Amino acid sequence: MSQPSYNFAYLDEQTKRMIRRAILKAIAVPGYQVPFASREMPMPYGWGTGGVQVTASIIGPKDVLKVIDQGSDDTTNAVSIRAFFAKVARVAVTTHTHEASIIQTRHRIPEAELTAGQIIVFQVPIPEPLRFLEPRETETRLMHALEDYGPMHVKLYEDIARHGHIATTYAYPVRVAGRYLMDPSPTPKFDNPKMQMSPALQLFGAGREKRIYAIPPYTDVVSLDFEDHPFEVQRFDRPCGLCGAESVYLDEVITDDRGGRLFVCSDTDHCEERRAAGQRGADAVPQAEELR
Amino acid sequence: MYVAVKGGEKAIEAAHQLLAQARRGDQSVAEIELAQISEQLALAVARVMSEASLYDTELAALAIKQARGDLIEAIFLARAYRTTLPRFGESLPLETSRMTIERRISACFKDMPGGQVLGPTFDYTHRLLGEMGQAQDAPGAAASDAGPASAVAEASYPRVADLLGAQALIETDPPEPSEPPGDITREPLEFPAGRDLRLQALARGDEGFLLGLAYSTQRGFGRTHPFAGEIRFGTVDVEFEAPELGFAVPLGRIAVTECDMVNQFRGTANTPPQFTRGYGLVFGQSERKAMSMSLVDRALRAREFGEEVTAPAQDEEFVLSHSDNVQATGFVEHLKLPHYVDFQAELVLVRQLRREWEERHAAANEAAASDERKAAE
Repeated sequence: MSQPSYNFAYLDEQTKRMIRRAILKAIAVPGYQVPFASREMPMPYGWGTGGVQVTASIIGPKDVLKVIDQGSDDTTNAVSIRAFFAKVARVAVTTHTHEASIIQTRHRIPEAELTAGQIIVFQVPIPEPLRFLEPRETETRLMHALEDYGPMHVKLYEDIARHGHIATTYAYPVRVAGRYLMDPSPTPKFDNPKMQMSPALQLFGAGREKRIYAIPPYTDVVSLDFEDHPFEVQRFDRPCGLCGAESVYLDEVITDDRGGRLFVCSDTDHCEERRAAGQRGADAVPQAEELR
Repeated sequence: MYVAVKGGEKAIEAAHQLLAQARRGDQSVAEIELAQISEQLALAVARVMSEASLYDTELAALAIKQARGDLIEAIFLARAYRTTLPRFGESLPLETSRMTIERRISACFKDMPGGQVLGPTFDYTHRLLGEMGQAQDAPGAAASDAGPASAVAEASYPRVADLLGAQALIETDPPEPSEPPGDITREPLEFPAGRDLRLQALARGDEGFLLGLAYSTQRGFGRTHPFAGEIRFGTVDVEFEAPELGFAVPLGRIAVTECDMVNQFRGTANTPPQFTRGYGLVFGQSERKAMSMSLVDRALRAREFGEEVTAPAQDEEFVLSHSDNVQATGFVEHLKLPHYVDFQAELVLVRQLRREWEERHAAANEAAASDERKAAE
């Protein structure tokens, strides 16, 4: 049996054209979920098939691709997707945020500020911000059409009444360009402010749910809140244990079974660049040992 | 023809002969051996063992062969055998924290004592047909020399739920029940069922059905905010305490997959908020089933946490009444059985109703026509 051969970046050109049309429409109507004919991909639904299809449709031979999952370039799924594109598109890949022309991500936006000309592609599991208030797609489409977003405010208010806080910590809903309510994908709400007036193009792909949406560069992206309960991001009461960075998102690592914890940058590239520049956190091992 | 009033026995015998021929397939192709099934189709064997509640790889392989690869039929065969076995006692609860780990991952923490152990998994592979890796190309090579160790022994792998539990961030294991756990293979299932019976029913439940239900909770029909706290696969000792001995003796080792799902917190006026849990445990390696089970387990605990029951996955009666695939396939497929007499009764009635309708209709038409004639005059 002969080995089947694949087109550049896996998808055939007609499929890419169909997806590019959906992307263009999504850019033209910021925050609006454009249905598209999502394809079967050689990785499972829920593992980034939407993001992979968006990336496959926009990538060219001269692009430089970075793939992160949970902020890290070396998590299994990021490694797998990066290897996939290195294989089927033979493009250059990088872990450095500033070198990349396309960044595919799951659950984070890099700490380093994105620049004009860069594209960040989000993998989206549930594109519908109203889904957990109303499970039926027919209803939520209507709610978007009528700008009927009151139930979301009621939900946030109920959180405050019950917990004293808005209890949504990730996939925190935003209003895009003053019109559509949008799910920023399950990024921690820490990353929401990075979407506001970003110079980069932000594309969102949901494969299983067959939706694409977008935030064009320099677009107003506002997290929902109340005058007396303004939107706040997570704060950590300590800096990164390895590089000493403050005001970044941290991962908690369990170091032993006696309650030991280490807090480190979720964005591994950011952390490595800081350490390469000589920054040291309180838990950093001496350089010689690090080199092993 | 299928109208045989007599000769049914002969027809059935002939059908069984045809089945035997079809099972064997082309005689020029070598017959499949049980060891090939249990070694190379291990995940099918695991599913049959789980849903038949019978841990025996050889019997499961035999069932798969006999069922021509139809796994629900194989589960049926294995269950029908299991039910004939005498029961001489109950093992002690499995100590999964002492599992010999082959795979152990957490989606909650990047690292923890023992670390992330990827083990044998389809995850992170590209689904490109025909690429099976190096083991395929080197049938003669001894796997133990160059390949990665299949089981990571020695290191300690505390359960993530226990690590979170040490800080009271997650609900603790429920207290040891005073009564022995129930058994739906010995007692009829009644509602409301305790969690012991629910978990047993889920462990035996159809993988596809539970997968669909679990998926529905992720899409908003009974949402539980899950995180995969820990999934571990490996082997554990089964211990048995014989009354005349007074201490536990190991009976052997079995392979199991365990899933601890961490779900959004609950708190009350009396207890501070803490994460809640859903639990899954199945024979062999089946992460899809263990994860689905733990999602549905958590969804079914809605009433316990005072959550509104609105979705199918939260409805104990709906889930437990329909999760058993041997029951389900039996009842669905029983529609193939003769229903001549009932159908005949329906035929009689529908003919009567049609006759009456036609009579009424004819009368109404007649009346309308005569009205028209009158109007025309």
